[in-house]
Amino acid sequence: MLLYGTGEFPDWGDPYSPASVHLSNDYLEKAFDQTQVPNIVTAVLADYRGFDTMFETAVIFTAGLACFLLLRDFREKEERFYRHTATGVILHVKDSQKVLLVEREFEHMDKDWVPSDLIIRTVCRIIIPFIQIYGLYVIAHGDFSPGGGFQGGVILGSSLILLAISYNLKTLMRRVKEKILGIYAAVGVLIYVGIAVICMPMGGNFLDYSKLAPLLPSDPHHVRALGMLGVEIGVGIAVTAVMVIIYVNIVSAGRHDEGL
Amino acid sequence: MYWPIDLIVLTFVIFCAIAAITVKDLLATAILFGAYSFMMCLLWAVMGAVDVAFTEATVGAGVSTVFFVAAIFRTSRRTKD
Repeated sequence: MLLYGTGEFPDWGDPYSPASVHLSNDYLEKAFDQTQVPNIVTAVLADYRGFDTMFETAVIFTAGLACFLLLRDFREKEERFYRHTATGVILHVKDSQKVLLVEREFEHMDKDWVPSDLIIRTVCRIIIPFIQIYGLYVIAHGDFSPGGGFQGGVILGSSLILLAISYNLKTLMRRVKEKILGIYAAVGVLIYVGIAVICMPMGGNFLDYSKLAPLLPSDPHHVRALGMLGVEIGVGIAVTAVMVIIYVNIVSAGRHDEGL
Repeated sequence: MYWPIDLIVLTFVIFCAIAAITVKDLLATAILFGAYSFMMCLLWAVMGAVDVAFTEATVGAGVSTVFFVAAIFRTSRRTKD
């Protein structure tokens, strides 16, 4: 029955299909005049249909929150492994009461520990800053080229995941503390909602960026492009933090000690 | 919309989807999901929706495959059914 319904679709690119008769013409003609943004997809996504993007960001934040709440395990480990870096001898301390004074010669270990390879470490260390610059570029150029907040956020998040894969998880957790990740995820959503709420005291509706004109020194149409840039930055920050949170919680089963 | 390109890519999509269900090794399934996602990205790029193709490329062939492999790392590698 599904195949029968599929055969009844209008042709691709049909100018009389219902999707291109009612509203799309308006968007395609007026988007550049009203918002000064060449990329119409971003204009529709962040300005004309800004509510949907706001709730989408909230959904992504909820996914990260759910992953954190379901998987995070705050128990202390009972047995610990220490490895002497000079000789490679491994100590297995079963009693959790005795604490070994860990100096420079011993390092913490986990049962699944694999030594990280030199080639992988060096190559990833060189390439991660370039990936991050590209991610920032994609976020900032969402108005002019394909891209926007989501894509740039995912690229930035995957650069941090690459750091976790090439080194080990403890290196990533030392660089980005868990509390900061949670704060970033919430701040991203709050930036979006904050920009939307600021428009209200200035005299407009909830997401009406054109009323921000007294705050920013530009003409009323360019202000919409700037408002869009602000919300894309909020979305990018939230998506980055949530990607890293989900990866860290899945790969270590919540314990944040080691994995992959 | 040169139709042989569409036909070939759609055939690959169906092939990847059926193979991802029937294969017994879960790691191969994760990689097949990545391949499926890449084929969908090609389809959308051919249709002209570049934004959607960009998003699918980053999310599907990047982050989603990593999440699947991480989940398989923590559970078993052979499928239980």
